[in-house]
Amino acid sequence: MATESENLESLVNRRYEHGFVTEIETETLPPGLNEGVVRAISARKNEPEWLLEWRLQAYRQWLEMEEPEWAHLHYPKIKYDEISYFAAPKSDDDRPKSLDEVDPKLLETYDKLGIPLHERARLAGVAVDAVFDSVSVATTFKEKLSDAGVIFSSFSEAVIEHPELVRKYLGTVVPRRDNYFAALNSAVFSDGSFVYIPKGVRCPMELSTYFRINAANTGQFERTLIVAEEGSYVSYLEGCTAPMRDENQLHAAIVELVAMDDAEIKYSTVQNWYPGDENGVGGIYNFVTKRGDCRGANSKISWTQVETGSAITWKYPSCLLRGANSVGEFYSVAVTNNMQQADTGTKMIHIGPNTRSTIVSKGISAGKAQQSYRGLVRVMPQAHGARNHTQCDSLLIGKDCGAHTFPYMEIKNPSAKIEHEATTSKISANQLFYCRQRGISEEDAVNMIVNGFCKEVFKELPMEFAVEAQALLNVSLEGAVG
Amino acid sequence: MLQIENLKSRIGETEILRGLSLSVNPGEVHAIMGPNGSGKSTLAQVVAGHQDYEVTGGSVTYKGQDLLELEPEERAREGIFLGFQYPVEIPGVNNAYLLKAALNAKRKHAGLDEIDAFEFLKMAREKMATLDMDPKFLNRGVNEGFSGGEKKRNEILQMAMLEPELAILDETDSGLDIDALKAVANGVNSLRNPDRAIVLVTHYQRLLDYIEPDFVHVLSEGQIIKSGDKSLALALEEKGYDWVREAASA
Repeated sequence: MATESENLESLVNRRYEHGFVTEIETETLPPGLNEGVVRAISARKNEPEWLLEWRLQAYRQWLEMEEPEWAHLHYPKIKYDEISYFAAPKSDDDRPKSLDEVDPKLLETYDKLGIPLHERARLAGVAVDAVFDSVSVATTFKEKLSDAGVIFSSFSEAVIEHPELVRKYLGTVVPRRDNYFAALNSAVFSDGSFVYIPKGVRCPMELSTYFRINAANTGQFERTLIVAEEGSYVSYLEGCTAPMRDENQLHAAIVELVAMDDAEIKYSTVQNWYPGDENGVGGIYNFVTKRGDCRGANSKISWTQVETGSAITWKYPSCLLRGANSVGEFYSVAVTNNMQQADTGTKMIHIGPNTRSTIVSKGISAGKAQQSYRGLVRVMPQAHGARNHTQCDSLLIGKDCGAHTFPYMEIKNPSAKIEHEATTSKISANQLFYCRQRGISEEDAVNMIVNGFCKEVFKELPMEFAVEAQALLNVSLEGAVG
Repeated sequence: MLQIENLKSRIGETEILRGLSLSVNPGEVHAIMGPNGSGKSTLAQVVAGHQDYEVTGGSVTYKGQDLLELEPEERAREGIFLGFQYPVEIPGVNNAYLLKAALNAKRKHAGLDEIDAFEFLKMAREKMATLDMDPKFLNRGVNEGFSGGEKKRNEILQMAMLEPELAILDETDSGLDIDALKAVANGVNSLRNPDRAIVLVTHYQRLLDYIEPDFVHVLSEGQIIKSGDKSLALALEEKGYDWVREAASA
């Protein structure tokens, strides 16, 4: 147990730590969405004509689509006309070449988040492509990576410098009209990360991006594309926090992963966006499409996520197991407290022969939160010898929260072996009393039990991330009992 | 050390303790005996501070302070240990982790530094050897999949590590085979010293063959109706509880 908690009352009343706003002037487009806005975004980024055309097509497709309503989520209608679709720090034209040139207020923000960029990056050996609002303002370790032939840059930069690569893979995993939010993102995506690992290269360090939503009323539309060529390996970390706001902020991100023969991509997320207050006011609406394509034989894609933030989470990191013997994994811890709602899970699509997938989902609900696991395992007719193991556990804290499980299985090949295990448990009064009788406070006991429950997932995270995730879980559940 | 005066307690609408008085001094070993439903376990739970038991009258003083004012974890840090009759399982939480957290909570309360990992392991291994426990237990989930005997040994291990001033063992002997009983008794006896008091709650005289009590009390309908030395336990074994009850009501 790290430290003894403060008294319960102050814990319950403690505000979201990362709820501050950095006063940096941002250049923001007026609210509303039309072709002019799409053109303006593209022009501001000096994008080539083909990409503008791609965006416009996505926008036109989006107009014809309906917002999905099948999820077990309740929220007021999103007013897309009242959202501004682009915000960039004003110093955009004059990009800093090093951290010394970065706006000190921005660095201060990172400090408040506990991410002293340069130090942390150097100490941890992590290259950071930090996204502040929509434009990347600091990129480190680029040289070391380029020695290895690895491309790690902001998406906008990649469009200019490696247009052929971006054009070849963009939208090939998540098509523009895959879903409503994917189409929206494809039309207005602002920035994100691009990673390319050449054939046979093991990326020399873990790649990490910290996202942060900052400007009021600005939707955040990140786009990440990672391509791992034959026999390569990369581990990518994504972590996020957001400042406190009263109005809801829309986030619709896309992540596309492509793994060729014998390549492996490990994608880890710690998501800590502002969840709204205890009455459900404010908080991020998080509609994310994440999909990995195991395109090559013996390739592997592994998703690990720790989701503690957002008012609404709609997210199903998935794997298309196309290559023979390819492997998909999904390890998830999702925490919902107070009025938070999450509908999250995964899709494992077995297409190639002898493909394997593992799903481990740990859901924790407290307060009045509602959480759903929604998972699809589909075995196509040609996927001989496919195997899936799903384990789906829910932990309830208190009596006003809910856990729901929606497993879907579509098995079209009789040789498939599919296993599904599900449990629901509660932190019992007897467990808490037992711990307290040993001198451990109730708060610490809850943390201990929750971390024990999540252990299988945490061990999949890179070391320093696991520590961060554990701390985050404790903060997220403060005041959940008592 | 522990003064219980005219204690009354109920769970829900059921009154269980009906004016119980008991005095325990450092260095003493007390055995509380009595038939099912007489209130033995309730006494243990009330002293430990279980929230389901409401105290409706009387007082409990521990080391000069009003014990009933303290939270369960404060009581524990002040040196009260309860060996549970039914230790709970906490899946996924490492046994060593719980032990270390408990030990450090107590050390912190006493103004001491946290124990370092090396020292902790050394201490745990030593204590486990005296209890004839496999060191692998440290890395298992707390009581997860333990047999009845293993759970009880684990309670004694925790007690040995935490070195309480007042240990209450609630039917620690129930469900143990003779080897486990001896190991548990060994563990308890090794903790006997002039500064520490031990209260054994038990059904059977059998445990007292291995742990010799200074006092034996008979509990019936929420009150202590007879107290004596270890010969009282032998008399109970021979004649049953009715004999004491009749004598008490006569």
